[in-house]
Amino acid sequence: MTNLEGHIKQRIIDQLRLPMEDLDPRQSFSDLGADSLDLSELLISFEQTFGVRIPPESAQNLRTVGNAIDFIVSARAK
Amino acid sequence: MNTLQVDLAPRAQAGPRPSQAFRRVVVTGIGCLSPLGNDLDTTFANLLAGRSGIRPITRFDASDHSCRIAAEVSGFDFAPYARHPRDVQRTDVFAQFAIACADMAVASAGLQLEKLRRERVGVCIGTGVGGLQVIERQQQKLLERGPRGVSAFLIPMFLGNLASGHVAIRFGLRGPNMHVSTACATGTQAIGEAAWTIARGDADVMLAGSAESAITPLLLSGFAAARTLSTRNDEPARASRPFDRQRDGFVMGEGAAVMVLEEEQHARARGATIWAELAGYGLSSDAHHITAPEQSGAGARDAMRMALERARLSPDAIDYVNAHGTATPLGDLAEMRAIQSVFGEHARSRLWISSSKSMIGHLLGAAGAVEAAVSIQSLRTGHVHPTTNLEEPDPECHLDFVPREARERKLFAVMSNSFGFGGTNATLIFKHYH
Repeated sequence: MTNLEGHIKQRIIDQLRLPMEDLDPRQSFSDLGADSLDLSELLISFEQTFGVRIPPESAQNLRTVGNAIDFIVSARAK
Repeated sequence: MNTLQVDLAPRAQAGPRPSQAFRRVVVTGIGCLSPLGNDLDTTFANLLAGRSGIRPITRFDASDHSCRIAAEVSGFDFAPYARHPRDVQRTDVFAQFAIACADMAVASAGLQLEKLRRERVGVCIGTGVGGLQVIERQQQKLLERGPRGVSAFLIPMFLGNLASGHVAIRFGLRGPNMHVSTACATGTQAIGEAAWTIARGDADVMLAGSAESAITPLLLSGFAAARTLSTRNDEPARASRPFDRQRDGFVMGEGAAVMVLEEEQHARARGATIWAELAGYGLSSDAHHITAPEQSGAGARDAMRMALERARLSPDAIDYVNAHGTATPLGDLAEMRAIQSVFGEHARSRLWISSSKSMIGHLLGAAGAVEAAVSIQSLRTGHVHPTTNLEEPDPECHLDFVPREARERKLFAVMSNSFGFGGTNATLIFKHYH
């Protein structure tokens, strides 16, 4: 796990106030109990924390922890 | 004054009489959070002891404000009431107060909600201001980070009706869900409207009350600009002085109260302890000015008279009035005149009047609910808290405002008044249930 990947997971844990220490990339946000508002808030926090811009068409596809990690890692590599 | 009495007497008599078709409404439980305690018993005991909840503001640095004192709720932790840790960041403090008070009210009423038809159980919790704390924080984020920095929770956190919404979601209450926002009359009207909802048959149980937590730099500045606040910063406990000659405005407070209102037969059928009957509710408007009360007190008088009519009580049946009594120079005089006009000789002989605001400050939209809760405790126990800081009464305020010390006697019926900016007036009457 890269450092960035760890940071993203930690951001998700903090934002959703999850009682766990690590996340499986296959877990979906809805499985983690997030509703649409939580998800919107999470995207805002990704943008603020990692300096990326998540356009609406990409936001729709961020359904799992792994989706979010892939998107942010790739956006920051550009 | 004679002219007004002649002029308006027919109006007080007009309108439909209370009919047997209306169902009786009783109070079976109360939850309360105030600057003098995080439950009703503590709040009431501290009021009887004449303690003040007014202190220097701790929520933010108020050093450049003309008023630097307030009555804050202290030691409140929402975590035990939250269903998920996320709830804390999804609810503004006023809604957290409402949820906590609803929880306490349901517990104190012994309501077993799973046994009730929850489409017949509703909620009416008001707020005068709504989620101002989140508005101010998010406005700051908008300025600092731009539109993409604004929280997705902004809207569901600041909307005033979300207190009622959260409580309905928490307990699965699918009956009428309402919100009242009539400035400082909010709590009284929310309880009154909830009672009418039951009386006319649209619900059997209502969780009713109001919540406020808006001691913020913006609101403090606004009230200060309108010159409504006391600036007795060096003597916080002596700052709120209803009916006193030296009064110089109100002190902002925060808190909440929610009560369980129930149709009489519904309460009896489940063997509930009935705390009081909500006997009367009156409403009126000054139709005069956006902030200043009409100086004869005609509007306040009409609300009190309507409540008496609905309760089918003569004025001398009221033993205690929990006054609006904000300690603004004009407001106290108008209320004093209204009380004199409604109660006549009774006001000068047996009527006890006191202002909770002398100790807990002005809870704005929550004032009416907390003061109704206090009035019910007075009715139940016979104990009436004093009006503190009434050292030299205003020359015109010569009624019995229960100065200095609490008193005790058997009370038959009690009245609670609230008046708000916009000229809105509301009165509730509670009496023993027989």
